[in-house]
Amino acid sequence: MIAEFGLAALWLAAALAALQLVAAWLGQRTGGEALALVVRPAAVTQALLCGLAFLMLLWVFARTDLSVLLVAENSNPQSPLIFKIAGAWGNHEGSMLLWVTIMAAAGGLIALVERRLPERTMAATLGAQAFVTLGFYAFILLASNPFLRLATPPQGAGLNPLLQDPGLAFHPPTLYCGYVGLSIAFSFAVGALLTRQVTPEFAKVMRPWILGAWIFLTIGITAGSYWSYYELGWGGWWFWDPVENASLMPWLAATALFHSVSVLASRDALRTWTIMLGVVAFSMSMIGTFLVRSGILTSVHAFAVDPTRGTFILALLVINIGGALALFAARAGTIAEGERFSALSREGGLVINNVMLSAVLGIVLLGTLYPLVTEAFGVRVSVGPPYFNPVSAIFLFPMLVVLAVGPLLRWRRDTFTRIKLPIVAVAVVGLIVLLAVWLIAGIAFLELLGLTLAAVVAAAAFLPLRGRSLRRLPLPVWGMCIAHFGIAVALFGMSVDSAFTVERLSAADVGQTIEVGPWKVRLDAVEPVAGPNWTALSGRLSASYEGGPAHELTPMSRTFWAPAQTTSESALLTRWNGQLYTVIGEGTPDGRWQLRLWWKPFVTCIWLGGLLIALGGFLAMVGRVAADVRRRVATRKIAVRRAEVAAA
Amino acid sequence: MTTAFKPKHQRLVLVILALVAILAAGALAAWALKNQASYFYIPSQIVSNPPDPDRGVRLGGMVKPGSLKTAPDGVTMHFLVDDGKAEVPVTFAGIAPDLFREGSGVVAEGHMMKDGTFVASNLLAKHDENYVPRELQDMTKQQARETVAETTK
Repeated sequence: MIAEFGLAALWLAAALAALQLVAAWLGQRTGGEALALVVRPAAVTQALLCGLAFLMLLWVFARTDLSVLLVAENSNPQSPLIFKIAGAWGNHEGSMLLWVTIMAAAGGLIALVERRLPERTMAATLGAQAFVTLGFYAFILLASNPFLRLATPPQGAGLNPLLQDPGLAFHPPTLYCGYVGLSIAFSFAVGALLTRQVTPEFAKVMRPWILGAWIFLTIGITAGSYWSYYELGWGGWWFWDPVENASLMPWLAATALFHSVSVLASRDALRTWTIMLGVVAFSMSMIGTFLVRSGILTSVHAFAVDPTRGTFILALLVINIGGALALFAARAGTIAEGERFSALSREGGLVINNVMLSAVLGIVLLGTLYPLVTEAFGVRVSVGPPYFNPVSAIFLFPMLVVLAVGPLLRWRRDTFTRIKLPIVAVAVVGLIVLLAVWLIAGIAFLELLGLTLAAVVAAAAFLPLRGRSLRRLPLPVWGMCIAHFGIAVALFGMSVDSAFTVERLSAADVGQTIEVGPWKVRLDAVEPVAGPNWTALSGRLSASYEGGPAHELTPMSRTFWAPAQTTSESALLTRWNGQLYTVIGEGTPDGRWQLRLWWKPFVTCIWLGGLLIALGGFLAMVGRVAADVRRRVATRKIAVRRAEVAAA
Repeated sequence: MTTAFKPKHQRLVLVILALVAILAAGALAAWALKNQASYFYIPSQIVSNPPDPDRGVRLGGMVKPGSLKTAPDGVTMHFLVDDGKAEVPVTFAGIAPDLFREGSGVVAEGHMMKDGTFVASNLLAKHDENYVPRELQDMTKQQARETVAETTK
């Protein structure tokens, strides 16, 4: 019953999306009334219905209703409750339902709260949102129904053990909020193009939504990186896996987008460019979904290998992106050129930021698609770090230099002499770090440059606060400083990890001590352990840092029984200056145990930096929203006052 | 540095700047992809036409039953990867993936040495019984076909 109820809710939601689209379309011809009467309520109701369908799916999974095909394939009565629920989106159909639920929720939310735009633009925006959402409803209902029933309920296969981890509960929903949140930017861009309303006011409306999606993306990528770092047991935190790239590309586009939206909001420049980025950002989300969900790429994330689904998503992709780009081509010429600015100005710096981010986006996109292109010609290749790292660094590193200088510049026009002092100071810091690291450590060029730039960006991050009253400083400025500082922290972590990680691989007898960097690690015992749905061989290690007190670590090799599979669970020990990472392998015939140990100095800075970047974005968003709320309250008060005066 | 763009031409200048940067990125990417992508080989290809030792490649095939040996250090493995026509000796130091077994499929990432051994830096095996590396899906089917052809001769 529950499953059928969910399916019915989903069909109703799809019907409402169709209604929303038609009403918005007609409203464009007849005038604004359609919006208040039909479009907004339809968007909100559609969001509620779709949310209801998703709740039904969660319910079906929570009670492990094995008569539902999806549950039978991906869940098991013995799994802990959190994995039962998270299992709802640990598969193709469920994750697509999560995707469309967030999309509907985002549409409902803008319909509910956004009142600043002209009614026609708003109706066009909600119409565009309905169009995109409708495509995904069709995909779910026609090609991947999550509520499909089974004639004879089986045992329940269980969730892929790699996914039986708390990370699954948070990582996909967060990332999806980011991916799909960008659909709002897309719809706003289409709405603005349709009604030719590309104004600073429009940019101010769009900005908090983009920031919100971008924050989710940032957190999702950071969390996903940490998850794969400890779960896969390879000691790496980024593999340039196609699916990681699929999340990085929308992030790069969204980063460029909210920087250019700021220019549009503050200075009324970069109009067409901002619209273009709005289209590109969500296109990247959709391309990512296509790459992952169609199964044309090898990846641990690829749930489904089903040609019909791939074709369906490809068709959606072509219609949405192609349509938006065609609209852009037709209308871009009619959007008047924005305000002008000098090359040396805040705008100038942000243009360089945008161009560089776009270049990196292009590089990542080409690298991700290249294996598909060559495969069409019968040649199989894989593209990895030897391509991505140096080639993207060629564009990222100059961008980071501009990032250090840009925020010091004034809008519109600036002079070099005004900012000479801080620039010289930052350059001196950079040179000192460069020389010091080079003389002391003698590391590879890329890491050396990374460390230097981390110092430069960190030194410059808080310079925009110079000479301003800290108490009266707007929140978005704090946000910018913290986010830029976060980039420096993350870059520092990446460079140090890459340059100074120590790895030891050996087979150890019980009682033997292995040295790795400053650590002495002793294998005390190997013992069997049992969990709720697995058994494991667990190594007991005691590790001491530079002869200090011993800490216990228990890396395991786990064997799950539904589905039957073995995974290695790494054990980590975190200090302020890095992490000890331990993995246990198989026993050798002569009774020793394989151990793989890493000492990774300052590796945690990578994710700390990611969180700081997200925090910066959060402060900026809160600042913008608070300012808007204050303005709304003030306008209301003025209206009330005027009415009183008129009455008196 | 302080001069403004010619008023009329600002949009044009920006478009050209963006195009140049993106084209440069594209050209650079194309050049780097040609040089840095690692090609996929099966044993008979790698034996007949071995790649340069400094070039990263992937080798896919079956771990030949009975060929897997662990060196005295307990972490270095030697085994033969075979596609029914040719076999290549592979050396790997590390913790093998959980489903790495004799007789199962494997994709090894690494370099082909001058002496004809393949030194793997990473092994990709099946993640679970449903997941097979893409390169191996075809291979096993092809092998199955060949095996059928041979046995029904």
